[in-house]
Amino acid sequence: MAVHTLSYVQTAQADTLPPPLLVRGPIAWVRQNLFSSIPNTILTLVVVYLLYVVIPPVIRFLITDAVWTGIDRNACREDVIHRPVGACWAFVADRLSYFTYGSYPIPERWRVDVFFALMAVGIAWMLWLKAPAKGLGALYFFVVFPIASFILLTGWSAVGLTPVPTAFWGGIMLTLLVSIVGIVFSLPFGILLALGRRSKLPLVRLASVIFIEVVRGVPLITVLIMANTMLPLFLPQGVSVDRLLRPLVGVSLFSAAYMAEVVRGGLQAVPKGQYEGAMSLGLGYGRMMYFIVLPQALRIVIPGIVNTFIGLFKDTTLVSIVGLLDLVRAIEASRVDPIWAAPTVSYTGYAFAALFYWICCFGMSRYSIMVERKLAAGQRR
Amino acid sequence: MSTIAQAAPPSRGSVLYDPKIRGAAYQILLVVVVAFLIYSASVNAIDNLRAAKIASGFGFLENTSGFDVNQTLVSYGATSTYGRAFVVGLLNTLLVAAIGIVLATFLGFFIGVARLSPNWIVARVATAYVELIRNLPLLLQLLFWYIAVLRPLPDARNSVSFGLGFFLNNRGMYLPRPLIDGDAWYVVIALGIGVVAALAFGGWAHRRQMTTGTQYPVVRTGALLILGLPALVWILTGITAGNPIAFEIPEQTRFNLRGGLQVFPEFVALTLGLVIYTAAFIAEVVRAGILAVSKGQTEAADALGLRSATTLKLVVIPQAMRVITPPLTSQYLNLTKNSSLAVAIGYPDLVQVFMGTVLNQTGQAIECVAITMAVYLAISLITSAVMNSYNRRMAMVER
Repeated sequence: MAVHTLSYVQTAQADTLPPPLLVRGPIAWVRQNLFSSIPNTILTLVVVYLLYVVIPPVIRFLITDAVWTGIDRNACREDVIHRPVGACWAFVADRLSYFTYGSYPIPERWRVDVFFALMAVGIAWMLWLKAPAKGLGALYFFVVFPIASFILLTGWSAVGLTPVPTAFWGGIMLTLLVSIVGIVFSLPFGILLALGRRSKLPLVRLASVIFIEVVRGVPLITVLIMANTMLPLFLPQGVSVDRLLRPLVGVSLFSAAYMAEVVRGGLQAVPKGQYEGAMSLGLGYGRMMYFIVLPQALRIVIPGIVNTFIGLFKDTTLVSIVGLLDLVRAIEASRVDPIWAAPTVSYTGYAFAALFYWICCFGMSRYSIMVERKLAAGQRR
Repeated sequence: MSTIAQAAPPSRGSVLYDPKIRGAAYQILLVVVVAFLIYSASVNAIDNLRAAKIASGFGFLENTSGFDVNQTLVSYGATSTYGRAFVVGLLNTLLVAAIGIVLATFLGFFIGVARLSPNWIVARVATAYVELIRNLPLLLQLLFWYIAVLRPLPDARNSVSFGLGFFLNNRGMYLPRPLIDGDAWYVVIALGIGVVAALAFGGWAHRRQMTTGTQYPVVRTGALLILGLPALVWILTGITAGNPIAFEIPEQTRFNLRGGLQVFPEFVALTLGLVIYTAAFIAEVVRAGILAVSKGQTEAADALGLRSATTLKLVVIPQAMRVITPPLTSQYLNLTKNSSLAVAIGYPDLVQVFMGTVLNQTGQAIECVAITMAVYLAISLITSAVMNSYNRRMAMVER
């Protein structure tokens, strides 16, 4: 067989093509993600314009034009310092201790610092998933820490701590206090309510359902106003309830109802075999829940608990409406102070509060996402 | 075997270990404790009220209120009764909730879809919006809009004009006020007919599609019927009998704006705050719903040759709605409940009027709190009842 030269087979080497610029690399990325079609291009341009309108003024206000030092309103007035004035951080710096401690007496403020430290230890112990001695941590967070903080903050003459009336408490300290009281009371109470709602006893179930649904059906502010106006009515004459305690009761009851629903989700997610296994081992109801069901159920709902806590943390701002001096109220009180009467002081105060709440809430939500990923690791294929 | 299964359970030795008796004992204990708490609370309350000389009962609803409210949907003045004040507050709550729900739904869907956009920068901006807004307390946002944004607006003399009779100043927003003439009823009737006709056409088109597979332009026809019919009637009556719906445009005078419809800054701030806050949550709900539709559905639709818009309309959204609806409802309820934060900026909603002013004037805390809570509870329970029946109807029918 003679060798045929196939006319359609190329014999010469073709020139190499240039690397495909539009498939890989930054230009390709931009084309694919920002300018893939005409509507997409228009959208991109609109958004870029929007960012151009919003971002530079915000940066100019918060950083470039901001005033960082000063002792009174003159530092933040355009007619005094002859330049555009952005945020008046000098105001925040001047009032930072008020924002943190409220009117807590200055010589006693170390007690609040100790309270912050104790709280940090407790929270870290609870949130760190692989922390040693978790049971001890729970005991610390739900029993030791609340009692210690109560003695520390209200004072106890017998051990040399001067009593400080709650009317002086305020600022970030109060915000944290309300949220911590909320979580410390709502978690145990919420677990009880959740168990009650899943109980076989009809009256227990009915009572739990009524409590949970009523509280979840009304706004927090009505619960707070109720605690404020009706709690004194329901107690015997002559018994007065502390102004701080009333909203605390309201917040605790309110968050307990939400916590109960979160915990109920966890209880339902525990497979039936676990309950049956525990029963076949001869465990009673209490032991079955304590040793078998709750440890699994609570572990599943850690993200849900943290999310509820984020909501609770944001909702603590509402106590300012019923007259407590939390961070929002402290800022409201300071921004109208004539010593710091300057045009941008209000914005600065709100920016500071926003920064504080945002960092706390965003941090917690990242934590909850992380836990969710870790817990889901077993299910991932 | 059956004889063993039916044999009496083994004796537990003591009645203390009988679960039935234990259960009954626990329940009796619970009832006794709750009854005691209610009893002592009511005895104390009666004592306290008598000592403070506060009347009880709901008779105060008939009394003259003596205070005025700036924004009212029904006629109300200082000589009206407390009962009337309750109606005013309730309507204001419902108004802000209704407007807020509509606007928040649009904004939330828009942002939720934008978060899934293939356009990188759009997705990033939407994510930033959600993360920023969700992590800030609503109260702070309301104070920001009310005190930091709306207060410093120029006074009425230097109102910001948007053209077409829309003005903004520190007394709120001014809009053209529609002046309704007698003939305007024809337009309203035409609108009603248009809506009914559009619904009927939609139902007919759906049945047609189910039996024959033919599609009809339902949205276009419906829009034409609903908008076109009243417009046609408006033009016809305008030609024959003079314009039935005129607009009174706010007029810039030397010191003030005269005429037009004034929307109070409290209302603007509250609506703005609620819409922006709730939209961030709705966006997350929408995103989760769309992501819950498995990719195989879209791929199957592609394989059938459907266009991407048709895929979205007929395949993705119907399935996503099933996931979206329950959490969306709870967001609507949250918005309604959050509207009670109006009390912080002085918008006269139910809580501000009834739990604030009326409670302080009459001192009848129990009645005021009970009525207000009952209203919110009723809204919640009715909504969940409706939603549950809707869910049962929409739930996936499985083999």
